[in-house]
Amino acid sequence: MPPQNRSAAVQDRILPQGQYTSAERIMPQGQYTHAERILPQGRPDTEESVPRDPRIGIPPGMERRSGEEEARPPKRKGNGAYVAAAYLFVILFLSLIGYLVYFNVVKREEYLRSPYNKRQEALAERIERGRILSADGYILAETASGSDGEEMRTYPFGRIFAHVVGYDSHGRSGVESIMNTTLLTSHADLRSRIMNMMLDRKDAGDDVVTTLNARMQQAAYDALGDRRGAVVALDPKTGEVYVMLSKPDFDPNTIAADYADIISEEGSSVLVNRATQGRYVPGSTFKIVTALAYQRRFGITDAYSFDCEGAYTEAGHTVHCFNGAVHGVETLTDAFTNSCNCAFANIGLTAGAKELRETAESLLFNKALPSADLLYNNSSFTLDGTSGTALTMQTAFGQGNTLTSPYHMALIVSAIANGGVLMEPRIVRETRSFDGSLLSSASPKTYGELMTRREASLLMTLMRGVTNGGPVTAFEDAGYLTGGKTGSADFVRADGTLGTHAWFVGFAGKEEEPDIVIAVIVEEGYSGSRTAVPVAKSVFDCYYDR
Amino acid sequence: MKLLTDVSKYMFILLLLLFTLRNFTYFRKHDEEKRRKTEGKQAADIILFDILGFIIIFLHTFRFETLILLIGVIVYTAATIAFYRLLYKGCSLLLINNMLLLLSIGFVILARLDLSKALKQYVIAAAGTVLALFVPVIVRKLRILPRLTWIYAGVGVLCLLGVMALAVTSGGAKLSIEIGGVTVQFSELVKITFVFFMAAQLSRSTSFGSVAVTSAVAAVHVGILVLSTDLGTALVFFIAYLVMVLVATRKPWYSAAALAAGAAASVAAYYLFGHVRQRVEAWLDPFAVYDSSGYQIVQGLFGISAGSWFGSGLGEGMPGKIPVAAKDFIFAAICEEFGVVFGIALILVCMTMFLLIVNISIEIRRPFYKLIAIGLGTEYAFQVFLTIGGVTKFIPMTGITLPLVSYGGSSVICTILMLAIVEGLYILREDEGEIIEKEKRKRERARRNAASEEKDLGGGGA
Repeated sequence: MPPQNRSAAVQDRILPQGQYTSAERIMPQGQYTHAERILPQGRPDTEESVPRDPRIGIPPGMERRSGEEEARPPKRKGNGAYVAAAYLFVILFLSLIGYLVYFNVVKREEYLRSPYNKRQEALAERIERGRILSADGYILAETASGSDGEEMRTYPFGRIFAHVVGYDSHGRSGVESIMNTTLLTSHADLRSRIMNMMLDRKDAGDDVVTTLNARMQQAAYDALGDRRGAVVALDPKTGEVYVMLSKPDFDPNTIAADYADIISEEGSSVLVNRATQGRYVPGSTFKIVTALAYQRRFGITDAYSFDCEGAYTEAGHTVHCFNGAVHGVETLTDAFTNSCNCAFANIGLTAGAKELRETAESLLFNKALPSADLLYNNSSFTLDGTSGTALTMQTAFGQGNTLTSPYHMALIVSAIANGGVLMEPRIVRETRSFDGSLLSSASPKTYGELMTRREASLLMTLMRGVTNGGPVTAFEDAGYLTGGKTGSADFVRADGTLGTHAWFVGFAGKEEEPDIVIAVIVEEGYSGSRTAVPVAKSVFDCYYDR
Repeated sequence: MKLLTDVSKYMFILLLLLFTLRNFTYFRKHDEEKRRKTEGKQAADIILFDILGFIIIFLHTFRFETLILLIGVIVYTAATIAFYRLLYKGCSLLLINNMLLLLSIGFVILARLDLSKALKQYVIAAAGTVLALFVPVIVRKLRILPRLTWIYAGVGVLCLLGVMALAVTSGGAKLSIEIGGVTVQFSELVKITFVFFMAAQLSRSTSFGSVAVTSAVAAVHVGILVLSTDLGTALVFFIAYLVMVLVATRKPWYSAAALAAGAAASVAAYYLFGHVRQRVEAWLDPFAVYDSSGYQIVQGLFGISAGSWFGSGLGEGMPGKIPVAAKDFIFAAICEEFGVVFGIALILVCMTMFLLIVNISIEIRRPFYKLIAIGLGTEYAFQVFLTIGGVTKFIPMTGITLPLVSYGGSSVICTILMLAIVEGLYILREDEGEIIEKEKRKRERARRNAASEEKDLGGGGA
């Protein structure tokens, strides 16, 4: 249609009926007075009201010619300021939209997770909290209705999964907290929803299938016995966490009743998940890091040699080997197998504080860890170029100011066992609706390369030496290939006396490539081989027994 | 039930996006008939939105008033469109359609939050619309309007002083008075008189003296509002003042100077007034003042977070947890149940509304009316920016409502009146066009008679 039709409404008023024919729009000669009324040149307002290319929609032959152009009044001055103002406001509106998108993409989670956010409690009024399951099919948490209709959250494994599965009363922790939204979301099918509505029942929330293995967790729990400590085991190839145990523990079934007692307990550390939140002196397990630092500094470890006399003095500071052992002439491999403090103090000094720090930080000391949303504490490593010889020596064999968690040590071993690549640890395998249909499943993700394949291979060899012909003899007839490092970490007790925690970090595999890695700490366990290794062995045995 | 709601939430978004799209395609169509058709389709979008919305609410509450309100809203929407078509033949319904859509969104979310509020809002909007039907006539016929400069200023300042007296006696809590059960918020009315004053003054002269006088009166308005703790409205006035001075004088440095003065005044206000500081603190870290001024904003953000892109579905969220959800925080309630995507489309509708008004102001010739259009448009746009920006924590919360959507009698009536004035100006523009054309035709004819007639028009397609 020709453009002048836009002003048809006005034409209705201007033109008497009957003259409103197409013939007039063609503007025959001599009738230009009418034509002018209709033509856009007479109505510049309309023309400008449409900010567009004026030629769009004009059929050929109807293009405006220069004569008409001339007839148009000059463009009114001053509208530039109007347009500028309009643009400014358009920018304001678009920035609003941009911020809203930013909020929903970046900030939303933070607000959803806020402890002030009580909306999820309100969700529970309509939805029965879903179950938490182990990877091997056991129920770790479920909601049961008592005879009085009162809902109860029950944990069939009681204390065994207390920290990692968590609780949902007096706050929330563990998987109960991480997966709260999923547990309180229902993907029940239409039929059961209608049924529920008619019977005035709640919809069943979605189930969370964890990566945890109930049998292995049970094995670790039994093996640790009455001792305090923590165990973390995971699959180095996928990052799936099999075991996460912390003692002392509590019974999540009765936490509502016991809460006051639990938190008033001496030290009140029962609720702390030692596996991820514990901050322990690494002891000799840190020699893995020192060996790597030496390798990185010199590119080779074979040429290293040291004569251990049971004590080693440098710049007036003396260190001793554990239990007063004297190791004699050793290569670096020997020193690692023997867990020789003197040699490692020397290795650390040779590599230098700077290299130690760089290596430690490349292994995520002083850094955020991939946490699978679990609460955890960073590991700290304070040594730097300004530190004295004494602290460097102490740090090099795992004492000093260094603090780490079993979880972090497990991640380091996991990277070693996976050719240097750390997989993003996961604790949730999939989510399913209450009737078992799959809603989402996580796939393995790479976190990053912590070390080169060659470095990983070197450390693997060192660790294999410890459990094959080395001081750790427990795995000799295990039926699977292992490697590892024990540790005895000296620490100062609250009463000022000295105590020793026992460590074991290691891996196991049917073939060359490890299937599982583990980190065990037994508080006051003294010797890694005696107290921590048996725990690891129970978990490995259980893994290969299934 | 849940399934129906789940389906409906995507339909709401679709309807709103379709509506918004039609706002833009309207300008692509150059044929009056096609434009009418687009207008008709928009009306259908609105009515579908109402039907869907109220029925979903009914299915949640089983309150029959909901269905009665639905019928009422449909009748109101259809009647408003019909009346404008009948009374003002040449008018563009785009502005009216956008107004009706925003009102409908308001009715639905209010009915969801508190049915009695929705009913009240409906009655007030209907009454306001009846009033507004006469406004275009008044704007057209009352030629004295541009000369009432000081009456506008006087009425404005008096009303605001009244508000301040209230605010002072109630410790800043009350900014409105109740007359016969109806809450009247004078600052809403002053939004109109303020723009009329500015337009009258600046259309007569844009000399330095005139701008100075205008600035002084504007400063009085803004100052009283700040003292009354009505920061949002104060800012709206200030921005309207800036834009009107800019377009009237075409001297950016006037506005720049005013902006600098405004910025300095804001800093001073921050240090002088506790209520200004409170707002800024709640914006910077709402959790730190969670128990006091941060509570509202955090609850609003919890609502938006819960809704995410597509919302919880109408009736499925918990907008009741958001304080003043029906007024200042209505955008959070909308985002929670309709979703952020819907919220974005809503912002686009508001933006279109503003652009339509700017477009009208550009088309008008006479400075007085031009300035009124841009002034009212600016007030509208900036109010939308303040309320949505405040609720989403993009900027500090200023305690201002979303025009036409939020619950509030004075606000709804005054916004409908403002839009009716703009619509009146749009119709006026058409008259203006006719007058100017007539004059020009005379000139043209004289000129062309002298020139060769052969070279004139002619040709073209059949």
